[in-house]
Amino acid sequence: MLPPVPRPDNMSTRLATHGRLLNKDRAVRFSFNGKQLKGFEGDTLASALLANDQMLVGRSFKYHRPRGIVAAGPEEPNALVNLGVDGKFEPNQRATTTELFDGLLATSQNHWPSLEFDVGAVNAKLSRFMPAGFYYKMFIHPRPLWKYIYEPFIRQAAGLGQAPKGRDQDTYEHYYAFCDVLIIGGGIAGLQAAKSAARTGAKVLVLEQTAHWGGRAPVDGGTVDGLPVDKVVDELVSELSGMENVTLRLRTMGAGVYDHGYVLGYERLTDHAPKADGPRHRLWRIRAGHIVTATGAIERPLSFAGNDVPGVMLASAVRDYVVNYGVSAGDRTVVVTNNDDAYRTALALKSAGLNVPVILDARVTPVDSALMAEAKAAGIRVMMGHGVAKVLGGKRVTGVAVCAQAGEGAVLEEIACDAVAMSGGWSPVVHLWSHCGGKLLWDNDFAMFRPDVDKAPKGADGAGFVSPAGAANGHFGLTEIMGDAHAMGQAAAEATGFAAKRGKAPQGESVDEAPMAPVWLMPQGAGVTLRSKSWLDYQNDVKVSDVQLAAQEGFESVEHAKRYTTLGMATDQGKLSNINGLAILSDALNQPIPQTGTTTFRPPYTPISMGAIGGEARGEVFQPIRRTPMHDWHDANGADWEPVGQWRRPYAFVRDGETVHDAVMRETKNTRENLGLLDASTLGKIIVKGPDAGKFLDMLYTNMMSTLKPGKCRYGLMCGENGFLIDDGVVARIDEDTFLCHTTTGGAESIHGHMEEWLQTEWWDWDVYVANVTEQYAQVAVVGPKAREALERLGGMDVSRDALGFMEWADGTLGGFDVRVYRISFSGELSYEIAVRAGQGQAFWDALMAVGADLGVMPYGTEALHILRAEKGFIMIGDETDGTVIPQDLGLHWALSKKKEDYLGKRAHTRSHMADPERWQLVGLETTDGSVLPDGAYAVALGRNANGQKNVQGRVTSSYHSPNLGRGIAMGLVLHGPDRMGEVIEFPGTDGTTYLAKIVSPVFHDPQGEKQNV
Amino acid sequence: MSETVTALNGAVWSKGIATITEAPLQGMITLRGDLSISAIKKAAKTATGMAVPGPGKATVDGDTGLCWMSPDEILVLCPYSQVAETLDKMTAVLAKTHALAVDVSDARAVFQVSGPLARDVMAKLAPVDFSADAFAPGMFRRSRMAQVAAAFWMPDADRFQIVCFRSQSQYMFDLLKVAAQPGSEIQKP
Amino acid sequence: MLILTCPCCGQTGEETEFHAGGEAHLTRFGPGSSDDDFEGYLFMRENPKGVHFERWRHVYGCGKWFHAARCTMTLEVFGTYAAQTTEPPQELRDKISAKRPGWSWGAFS
Repeated sequence: MLPPVPRPDNMSTRLATHGRLLNKDRAVRFSFNGKQLKGFEGDTLASALLANDQMLVGRSFKYHRPRGIVAAGPEEPNALVNLGVDGKFEPNQRATTTELFDGLLATSQNHWPSLEFDVGAVNAKLSRFMPAGFYYKMFIHPRPLWKYIYEPFIRQAAGLGQAPKGRDQDTYEHYYAFCDVLIIGGGIAGLQAAKSAARTGAKVLVLEQTAHWGGRAPVDGGTVDGLPVDKVVDELVSELSGMENVTLRLRTMGAGVYDHGYVLGYERLTDHAPKADGPRHRLWRIRAGHIVTATGAIERPLSFAGNDVPGVMLASAVRDYVVNYGVSAGDRTVVVTNNDDAYRTALALKSAGLNVPVILDARVTPVDSALMAEAKAAGIRVMMGHGVAKVLGGKRVTGVAVCAQAGEGAVLEEIACDAVAMSGGWSPVVHLWSHCGGKLLWDNDFAMFRPDVDKAPKGADGAGFVSPAGAANGHFGLTEIMGDAHAMGQAAAEATGFAAKRGKAPQGESVDEAPMAPVWLMPQGAGVTLRSKSWLDYQNDVKVSDVQLAAQEGFESVEHAKRYTTLGMATDQGKLSNINGLAILSDALNQPIPQTGTTTFRPPYTPISMGAIGGEARGEVFQPIRRTPMHDWHDANGADWEPVGQWRRPYAFVRDGETVHDAVMRETKNTRENLGLLDASTLGKIIVKGPDAGKFLDMLYTNMMSTLKPGKCRYGLMCGENGFLIDDGVVARIDEDTFLCHTTTGGAESIHGHMEEWLQTEWWDWDVYVANVTEQYAQVAVVGPKAREALERLGGMDVSRDALGFMEWADGTLGGFDVRVYRISFSGELSYEIAVRAGQGQAFWDALMAVGADLGVMPYGTEALHILRAEKGFIMIGDETDGTVIPQDLGLHWALSKKKEDYLGKRAHTRSHMADPERWQLVGLETTDGSVLPDGAYAVALGRNANGQKNVQGRVTSSYHSPNLGRGIAMGLVLHGPDRMGEVIEFPGTDGTTYLAKIVSPVFHDPQGEKQNV
Repeated sequence: MSETVTALNGAVWSKGIATITEAPLQGMITLRGDLSISAIKKAAKTATGMAVPGPGKATVDGDTGLCWMSPDEILVLCPYSQVAETLDKMTAVLAKTHALAVDVSDARAVFQVSGPLARDVMAKLAPVDFSADAFAPGMFRRSRMAQVAAAFWMPDADRFQIVCFRSQSQYMFDLLKVAAQPGSEIQKP
Repeated sequence: MLILTCPCCGQTGEETEFHAGGEAHLTRFGPGSSDDDFEGYLFMRENPKGVHFERWRHVYGCGKWFHAARCTMTLEVFGTYAAQTTEPPQELRDKISAKRPGWSWGAFS
């Protein structure tokens, strides 16, 4: 126990009694802004701060006003703190939903230099000059001031928490869950709905965002079937825990409701126990047959001057802190209300031995309700028809000035107090009901929006799939809540196909309450001075006067007014402010509230961690990296990795003392002079088989494939139906019925999908099957003048020119490996591409390295591959093509069959724009000084376009330094390019220099193709 | 013939809530054809001695079995060493039928997730209902696990067999380790 | 996120198992077709508020393409059916008529 200390005035403190959620035998140490403090197990950070008299917890966003704890739940707008340090640091955490644990470190945010003294508070003094839209109006002109004055100032002063700097040390995960009935909210209504649903046999999942079952009921009291409601909660939980078909989850918030019964649940596993093993948060990806939103209700603040002074709290929160945590917000608490419920707070305070100087009730009622009578009997002064003119005090409430609600705020008396408990009525939490389109009704009796149960969100079958229950459905007495929860739970089960069980609904007993009276401004006739101190949105500093100004300036739509004033746009998304704000807006527009309507409720209900959204996808498994069978060898031998889609391919194999560029030059040269090995396993390999396989490939490729002879290979181009190039590669005919199509690395899956699509959806009567066998094989390109010698050393099959000519393939063995050898070349050299089963890929690679050792064998990477092909003028899909290029642009007319009546892209090629002679055409480019043209650079032409930019006449598609030619070489698309050989054109670089390049043939090396054909 | 290796050389991890194992070499043959015609049924039977299972089903006994992949595709499982022989037998049966039978054993990796909490591990990665009444031995499902395609079945009540692409084997193994990390039980003990 | 039942393998899965493939029942126009026909085939698409017919592929499942009839307003799925057809089955059209009397889409109603 904490030692008793003498108590000065104006303190919040721990009570000796009360605190139903605390374990007072277990003290917990924590720190706030460096101060070492004590709380108990079961505390929230907010209750523990209040117990330590830390009412001031932060500064507001715009005016840096001192702000205290207002609420006890997820609606809290002010008590946002930084938690933890380094890899455990997280900003903007709500103290009211943070469970206390030993060693918790919290700091307040949005102040400089300190919480107690903040320079930004000068904004508050200027607040009358900074109304709604101030930033919009003020900072538009002059623009240069932005860079030097406005932005640095705003950045210094504004913003809530800071972004974490350290890498998050925690882990996160997703979990896919399925149920018939999902209950969101573990209050009395949720638990009863769960029971009524589960009795039918339906599979039920219940989510509760806090660490405790029962919601408000145990605080508010009452009986069900004669039993105290806290006992009823215990019994329901115990009964549900014993049911096989029920899953109960605490600390799991229903974050959002989406189409077709999809719900995200946000489970906080170790926030309260940071030393425990396992993921910190788990995102439940739930698919429910029917959803019951038993999400309760949130109390509304009242709009009076100074309603943001620390010590002014929601009446229900004051009650929660007393009953749940044994914490008093103050010794003397003034209660101000427009409804009966706040009387419960007065009575709870009184029964805890605390003083309630007065209840200011804005209503005028003919007779006393039961709660009013009880308050009076307890000796509490009740002033009907009165309200708060303004709150006295700065960083802490010191009293209230009382006025008549009906007047303009003439002060009748001042009453000293250190806390104010306010209640403006209750709003059902309709967020989850509304996320997926549930509509709302305006309820005049309670001055609130509640779900229109006839207009529920519609699911996959067209039927409503969400039902609200209890307070979330606008029911507040236990009688109505229990009846509604039972009915909704049972109906939800029936909606998913389960038969209702007979049984009586539990009978809740409630006291009759006097009707509430809507109070949107206190006092009713408050002048501008009071209105500009009456806060609506605490977190974003929006006042009554701001909303009125927005309306006056023509922002009549609630969505416009919201954005202009930022009402409800803070991290609390206006849980406290929305209804009050749109009531003020409606009043200013002189229209009823339903006509103004609400802004859109969007998920998540309260912010969820980015980690939870990412789930397991971080670090090693951020994305699926695809590895070839030789990946580890490459990695151990200096591979500088290049991402090619999800594959990782060696860009170059860098040796000690080399730069990457050195390595590329060495590999390129060596492949032309000796022997290079390329891991070509990533290239797509698709089997196409059937009596109609040839006909099918004739449709897919622009050139003729059906005439290819078994044993032969042919290079082919593929266009989409719109005529643009999508892929290229070598096709090998295996037998009469069977082809093997090579695709680009990126094309393996997409071209396989492309083939399936045409076969399934257009030519479904053609007899063709395809199979993607890309990964069945490790493929190695053995390239260079010594390639044949290397293979001959391995032995096992004849790879001579006569036995295996250029563009032929053969099955056989090499060095004891079963292989398929393709005599194809993407480098212009003597080249064999050899496929072995993937499980033997590394062993085969090792064998090649061994036999090639004295032949100068070197592995080469993708950059050398690029240079080798560019030296030969071979196009690369993705370099020379970009989705807007047709074969004709690349001088590939020879690959467009004139014999075939049809192929994909043929019709498109006859469209006027495709046949336009002004289309840029492929050429080679040589800089006049041998330097390397910047990749992607544009060639400029004379004159300027309509935007005043220089006209262009071409662009570079590939550009490299060729070590074999000792100069820069490039390919590009140029206007009338093939007709302009020898002409020099200009390419401005981004560095201010201009490159001069001569238009030449794109084939720089061995134009006759003699070397590949030896 | 040179020694053939699996993608991860039989990696095993058992520090979490389930044991993750890369299975030994598994023979796999993709058989495409009209599953209703007798030649296809006969080819499948010749390969495994088993009847073609229905949609969503697999008949697997050890390393031999048939898995229903799609209305015109069966995955034939056989001992790795017998793939060539099995393919030859199937090809003979299919000589006069429009069909495709092709070895894909090396294109894939196979993993096992085993232990009483194997279902939890799977349910963190695939958007599939893994409750005992929804997924049980005998069933076969193709879906995704996190960001990659996967097919899986249950050899017994505490074990899942997962097939994925070979190039994604390291990702799959790492993924399963994350999903099975210590302390990540859905129902804490 | 939608749930769809693949008519080819019978599995019901969430949208992430599938890949949307645009409008259903397009008629292909190839070489020799008029510019208008080809333009219509390549570019012109229905954009209805209400009943719509689409192509989907069960890309992470059985790999098959199929058709779905769906309401773009409520996301109700009226049904899924084979891709190997040039028009929605009559039974499905009747079902849609019961729920959305007077609907029409392209040439169908």
